[in-house]
Parts: sequence; C-alpha cells; structure tokens
Amino acid sequence: MRKKSGRAGVAVLVGTRKGAFILRADAARRRWRIEGPHFLGCIVHHLVLDPRDGRTLLAACRTGHLGPTVYRSTNMGRTWTEAKRPPAFRKAAEGGKGRAVDHVFWLTPGHAAQKGVWYAGTSPQGLVRSDDSGATWTGVGGFNDSPDLTKWVGGAQDLTPDGGKTHSVLVDPRDPAHLYLGLSAGGFFESLDSGASWRRLNKGCDRVFPSADPDEGHDPHCVRLHPAAPDRLYMQNHCGIYRIDRPSDAWSRVGRRMPKAVGDIGFPMTLHPRDPDTAWVFPMDGGSVWPRVSPDGRPAAYRTRDGGRSWQRQDRGLPREQAWFTVKRQAMCADDADPVGVYFGTTSGEVWASSDEGAGWRCLAAHLPHIYSVETGRV
Amino acid sequence: MKVRIPSPLYGYTAKRAVVEADGATLEAVTRSLDRSFPGLRFRVVDEQDRIRPHIKFFVNGVQAAALSARVGPADEVAIVQAFSGG
Repeated sequence: MRKKSGRAGVAVLVGTRKGAFILRADAARRRWRIEGPHFLGCIVHHLVLDPRDGRTLLAACRTGHLGPTVYRSTNMGRTWTEAKRPPAFRKAAEGGKGRAVDHVFWLTPGHAAQKGVWYAGTSPQGLVRSDDSGATWTGVGGFNDSPDLTKWVGGAQDLTPDGGKTHSVLVDPRDPAHLYLGLSAGGFFESLDSGASWRRLNKGCDRVFPSADPDEGHDPHCVRLHPAAPDRLYMQNHCGIYRIDRPSDAWSRVGRRMPKAVGDIGFPMTLHPRDPDTAWVFPMDGGSVWPRVSPDGRPAAYRTRDGGRSWQRQDRGLPREQAWFTVKRQAMCADDADPVGVYFGTTSGEVWASSDEGAGWRCLAAHLPHIYSVETGRV
Repeated sequence: MKVRIPSPLYGYTAKRAVVEADGATLEAVTRSLDRSFPGLRFRVVDEQDRIRPHIKFFVNGVQAAALSARVGPADEVAIVQAFSGG
C-alpha cells in the first residue's frame, strides 16, 4: 500500500454478485459514504486499487453468460474502460481442445518497481499478466501451458462448485521474479523466475483426500504474505490455519490453538500491515456437511498477536445470535492506519468495519448483494 | 446483413438492438462486429473460437450449430444470451 499521507482518506472496495460499490471515509474513518453500484447486474469478483499510483482501479467482471473481462478506471469509478485484450488462455493447436477463461477471480498489482504490471488469477486455474495497467493481458505460459498443469489442478472432481480458481497471487516485495499463487483446488506454488517455472509448496498442510502422492489433495483458501516480513506467510486452508517462515518449506498448523468449538476452518485471512505476528481470520462451520456459515450462528473474527500461538475472539458489535452469514476468501482486509482498520463483507450483503484492530465492529452498509471481495486503498 | 444484438451487449452498440455486419460465415460476422464494436466478440465467442455456453446464434430463425455456418447478405442473424441463473 502506498505510504500513508497525513490526511489521506480510506476507500473500501466491494465486489458483489450484482455489481461493485465503493465506500469512502476521511482519515478518521468515522463517516462513510457509499458510491455505486458500478456494473449493476454484473458479477464483480475483485475490485483492486493500485497502491503504486493510488488511482488505477481494476475490476474483474463477468456479465450473465457473457465472457469475462477486466475494466479499468483512473478516477475512482467515474468512468471505466474495458481491457482491449481481456485475460484468455492460448489458442489450442488445430484439432486441440484448449481451455477458456470462465471468469477472472483474483487481481494483484505487480512489484513496486514494475509499474503497470498486474497479475490475474482465473477460473479455471490459470495466471495472466498485464504490463500496461490492465489494458491488455497475456497468459503466463510457464503456468498455463505447463505439462504438469493437469497434475497440479486435478480432474473435474477436484474443482470447486463454480470452477477451480487461482487466487492469492503474491509478489515478494524484495524480488519481482519471486511469485506465489494458490489453487483451489491444487495447492500452493512458488516461482523464482517470474512464472517461467513453478514448484509446489504444501509440506506440512493437511489434505482434503488421502492420495498416495503427498503433493495431491491440497486446497489453500487464502494465503497472505507479510509486506514488512516477506518470509512470513499465513494460510487459511480448507483443513486449517497455517504459517510458514521461509526459507523453511514446511507449514505449521497454528490453527490448532483456536477454540475447539469454533475450529480453524474458514476462507478469508488478513494481516496487520506492520506487525508480522498479528493476523485475523473469520471462522466458519466446517463440520459434517460444511454449512459454510458462522459457527453456531454467532459470527466473530479471531485475532492472533503472537503468530498463531494464541487467538482471541473479537465479536463486540456483531450480531449475538441467529446470524448465518460467512465471509468469502477475498472479502476480509485491513488498511494501513494506526490503529489498523479491519473490514469484511458478508454473503448476506453487509460490510463491517473495525477502526480499532477488531476490538469493536460496526456495520457500514447492509442489503448489498452477496459480497465476493473487499479491499482497501488510500485515496 | 442485419444482426440482432442481445441487451447485455448494448454497451458495445450504443444501445442499438440491430446493427449491420458482413461476412460469409458466422465466424466472419463476429469478426466484422468486433471491428465495429471492439470487444463484443470475446463476450460471446471464447479464445478457442467456440460459442460460449448459454449463447446462441440464429440465422433466419434457425439455430446455428457452429460459427462455420454460412450466411448471406440477405440473412438476418440474431445473437441470443440466456437470462438463466440467479
């Protein structure tokens, strides 16, 4: 995120099943106003502001049954321009059966030194890159065309209900060639050569199914790299909450310290921008049939301040009972203020915020469509 | 020839429901449309040159099986997008 200016305001960027919304506040974050909808009726999987310039906003959109695309704005959504060449896979050779991008699921601005570079994760699993701030996109061949791709992503029975996804595309702030990405399903991957080649990084994670191959059966839901300590990554996985400290290649399940009645299953995770030991998760009911709702109908964030050795429940201001929403993997984030603001969007269309690092919550917006993503930016 | 455009694509055609295009096949017609209305083709035809799911092309009221279907200047083409789903 761009270095905080003294009085810069905060924007919360909300992607939903029926369009996008932007909530804005001044630096004090007391009064919020909502703008939108943008792209009414379109699925907006991700809406992200470029922290390198503070003005380029990209939206990953899909309209009904039309093909996927990406829109770009440089005036906080007053006007939008569609990508001239949207994310797509390589055309198959004559007679071949090539893949087609169904939707763009994830957007990541590139390294600070590579202005204009963005990465997009697709469904089905793929990685595309733009070198011109989202105007044109090209597949990352080292991933999309790898002979190992089928082995990495599995077959039709391994896909999530609306298609396998690439998410958590992460760029090492020390090295633009050092990339990570997550596949649901498929596991977590690392590249040291700008995406030309990839290796799996799943050791220590529990698995969804007991394949004889220890590299199979992995399903990371959301992975975050700490911006101030890039060797530390946290993962909310299908099977629990994990942490890794590179150069180790083994994850440790820090979610075992979560209360047993709540468990450590969920989708989103977000980090404190300055303290590598502080992170938040939003657990869901991962029991029996996986209802994907707040455990016991009592939603809460859980925060660790010691790298996952202990977790504290944070539910002041949230509904006390009969609240059956959950929070999707892109729908929880933190700003860079002090104290840190934490935000999440729910499957029932509410945006919740805390301006005191999760100690108390208030609802910023309700009755929005099903929320897919929440991001912050300085404006 | 005349091409009927479904309402989700009006953003490309300045809200025109019927536009002109040319070509001897539906494939050529979609490329003609894309020259006039950049970006339109990719919304209905994927990167493997397949008609996207839930998109149909009709020629004079008869559904075309593929973009290779031949068309003439007097034909009327209709692009239809289903509104199924929640």
